[in-house]
Amino acid sequence: MALHDVVIVGAGVIGCSIAAALAGTGLSILVLEKEADAGFCTSSSNSGVVHSGIHYASGSNRARFNVAGNQLMEPLCRELQVPFKRTGKLTVAWNVQQAAKLIKLYEQGLANGVPDMQIIDRDAMETLQPGISGIKALYTPTTGIVSPYELTIALAERAYANGVEFSFCSRLSKIKPPGSSSPHFRLVVEKDERTANSSTYRPAANSQLQARVVINAAGLGSAEVARMTGIETPDIFPCRGEYYILDKRLKDSLNLLIYPVPGAHSGGLGIHLTNTTEGVILIGPSNEYIKDSEDTATTAEILQALRNEGHRLLPSLDTNDFIRSFSGIRPKLAPPDEGGFRDFIIESSPEVPGFIHLTGIESPGLTASPAIAEHVKEMVGQLLPLGKRNNIITGRPPINGTPFLSTRFANAGLEEKAEMTARDPDYGSIVCRCETVPLAEIKNAVLRIFGPITLAGIKYRTRAMMGRCQSGFCLQRISEILEEHFNIPAEQQTLKGPGTELFTGRLRPLDPDKAANLPQTGREYSE
Amino acid sequence: MMRTAAPQPPVADTGFVSTAARLVSDTRFAVAVIGAGPAGLAAAAGAAEAGAESVLLLERDYRAGGILNQCIHDGFGLLRYREILTGPEYAEREIQSLSAYHKDSPSDSTIFLAASTFVQTIHRSGTGYFILYCMSSGQFTAIQARSVIFAMGCRERTAGAISLPGTRPAGIMTAGTAQRLMNIQNITVGKRAVIIGSGDIGLIMARRLTLEGAEVAAVTEIKPFPGGLDRNIRQCLYDFDIPLHLSTGIIRIHGKKRVEGVTMASIDPDGTLDAASARFVPCDTVLLSVGLIPEHELVRDAGALIDTVTRGPVVDQNLMTSIPGLFACGNLLQVHDLVDYASKEAESAGRNAARYARGDVETGTACPVTALHGIQYVLPQKISIGGRIEFSLRVTAPEINFRIQFLPGSGNDAPPSDLPPAAPLFSKKFARVSPSEMIRITVSCPKAEPLEVSGGAEY
Repeated sequence: MALHDVVIVGAGVIGCSIAAALAGTGLSILVLEKEADAGFCTSSSNSGVVHSGIHYASGSNRARFNVAGNQLMEPLCRELQVPFKRTGKLTVAWNVQQAAKLIKLYEQGLANGVPDMQIIDRDAMETLQPGISGIKALYTPTTGIVSPYELTIALAERAYANGVEFSFCSRLSKIKPPGSSSPHFRLVVEKDERTANSSTYRPAANSQLQARVVINAAGLGSAEVARMTGIETPDIFPCRGEYYILDKRLKDSLNLLIYPVPGAHSGGLGIHLTNTTEGVILIGPSNEYIKDSEDTATTAEILQALRNEGHRLLPSLDTNDFIRSFSGIRPKLAPPDEGGFRDFIIESSPEVPGFIHLTGIESPGLTASPAIAEHVKEMVGQLLPLGKRNNIITGRPPINGTPFLSTRFANAGLEEKAEMTARDPDYGSIVCRCETVPLAEIKNAVLRIFGPITLAGIKYRTRAMMGRCQSGFCLQRISEILEEHFNIPAEQQTLKGPGTELFTGRLRPLDPDKAANLPQTGREYSE
Repeated sequence: MMRTAAPQPPVADTGFVSTAARLVSDTRFAVAVIGAGPAGLAAAAGAAEAGAESVLLLERDYRAGGILNQCIHDGFGLLRYREILTGPEYAEREIQSLSAYHKDSPSDSTIFLAASTFVQTIHRSGTGYFILYCMSSGQFTAIQARSVIFAMGCRERTAGAISLPGTRPAGIMTAGTAQRLMNIQNITVGKRAVIIGSGDIGLIMARRLTLEGAEVAAVTEIKPFPGGLDRNIRQCLYDFDIPLHLSTGIIRIHGKKRVEGVTMASIDPDGTLDAASARFVPCDTVLLSVGLIPEHELVRDAGALIDTVTRGPVVDQNLMTSIPGLFACGNLLQVHDLVDYASKEAESAGRNAARYARGDVETGTACPVTALHGIQYVLPQKISIGGRIEFSLRVTAPEINFRIQFLPGSGNDAPPSDLPPAAPLFSKKFARVSPSEMIRITVSCPKAEPLEVSGGAEY
């Protein structure tokens, strides 16, 4: 039974931040993830906002890790070459009652150590964002945006390049804390049998593992994981947020983030307008408690409400020119009848030594992640000896010998495009026409995926399939590339891992010469 | 048949144009045509026929023909060739007709094809040429042209664009994507499908899936009338007992990993979904045929005005956009229901672009042509010279005994007049009209003046 010093449960932004922080300290570390890639759940489906820290009660974990994380995020993103922008944010009051709340938020921000806040009037609001509604606003220039899925992937890559193992499509089903029979945690992992013997999936971990320390970063599943050890922990209440993505054409119509004053019992900060680092505008998220923590559906009623609310925040915005809707799910500790927020729980369990429990990490978890990771690293240091981090690979590391492409072709100038194409003709072959993603970047992304190769994994790494045509043009081309360059037959191609197969088979038997070059899948190709 | 592994030499097997497989930067052409689908091919022919010295066809796929290559069903060419052809056969005819302009020596040839070429941006140079920056077969080039014809066709509206509610699992795609996967890449997309929207591609794919052994559980349409042609409703749905549900919307897509079904419900006359009629239909695939959007991004970025109804550029009687020298045709301009008309329109754009390239296009003050009651849109949207002008239009709803009139209008800024209404330039009663069928009308316009087009039922 393989023994790891540390097993981290969950490859969201928290699990990957912790893995990256612990990487290179001499510990053997394994990250278990039930999905097929890092950040496939809540970490990829949120506003991507790096919060200033005005919203959280002073002295709380949320306030403390938010303000610290806000400071750490910019240098971290620079180092990892992850898109980050300090846009600033306006929290807008429409009436005097709300304006009074702005002052409370300002005072709370002061207490939390948020720098450079200002309460501004209409003229100043209009200067920052022409066409904005409202009477007064709290301006927080330290609010920023980050690409949440790129950050999660980059952290996973850093961890992986520095020796952390990852096991995807691996759902933890049992934890036996250390006891008389074993000095270590014993873990049972359910593996999806469809991942065996396939070129699409990489080998998952053994189904039986041992660990000295277990870190629970399972997000929506964190209560379930904690209870496997026998400890008591509050329930997680999944709370869905739906979003609209507006057409890229509108990117210049929003200069900075616009939020309403949050309601007292709202489970979120209110539907807001957010720029993304890719240049599209998001409207959302809504705030619906749901039963099923995997139900990322969208609903017609909420989507209509999003359009209306977006229009209310910025009447000049064309909220009817959208390309997609999506939803993400918050792992909330506050039950529906209470609403609002409860604090993050981050503790080294007193009942089960060696179990580090993180739960209820909803907003501002993304912002807080670098600070939480440093804190958890200290907790691990009290349980296990941490070595000095030397010879660690910094920056955005190569993965299995494939370097990171720091200049995205779509963002390059005309001369730079000419140079890139002269250097590598694969740049001259455009695969995704909406986002101008060349073959060179698709190939690079596939080579850098160290878990299962999925269409969503390629999407999050390249932006292919994210544009206006929503993969109508490039899906079939990417499918061809996976067959021809990576020997992954169409039948094995998935959207997000086992069970999400894109196609059901072949119309006609494959050409036998071609079939010989494809890996055996157990299917008969003869007539 | 397995799809072709590597890009083929684009033209060697088609018998026309050979050269420009490698574009040389700064080469000058009289006319550049963006897109070598049916519109682009006919536009190139029109330009060459009208005497353009050199015509460059730029195509992003590795061969000419565009969407026709995946349309293996028949029904093409009835008007243009008096034959029933498949899509690839129609493309072949169009390509063959260009061979007259191709000689063995490039210096004697008129039409050149650059396949695997993406036009990135278009700038206007100071020398009367447009500069087209292209990624072409693995190299970056900038070519020049006196006039440019946009013939990029259209794309399909997506699940995201219609806010399809529910989950977003594997198994949802546009009908055209499924068509390419099946007909070119030999891939089956599912075993039991629901097709949302009754556009022609969805109808064609309903039949195609059925012929390949899949089941089509339903075709749904939110409007009370189908979006596709009558003949497709009959030949693709009724002949195969595929149910068509009109006035039916989708409440929710089900399935976390792969589609497991849809919940559909009737739409009441007031436009709301009737929740009591909601029913679950199991399926593993959802295809969308909910409208086509002209690929107008490049032409809009070049500065041309876009029509908010057609979503293609605004053009005059020469099919010239609001930017002199830039022309548009085919499905980029308006979504055609028959390729034959797209070809005809494109030939005309080609001839005009050739004339423009040699400084032979007259222009005057552009007067608006306005679609009024009963009419969705009219093309061209502007006229600047009188003459016999061919208009195309669509009505807003199916009607019988429908009279369409072209009247001299006041223009947008003219003061109200006490004069009696002018006599119509055109007036005709149509026995039956439908939004799914484009209407083409030739009108003699004595001069450039504002026009108003309206329609109404007469009982």
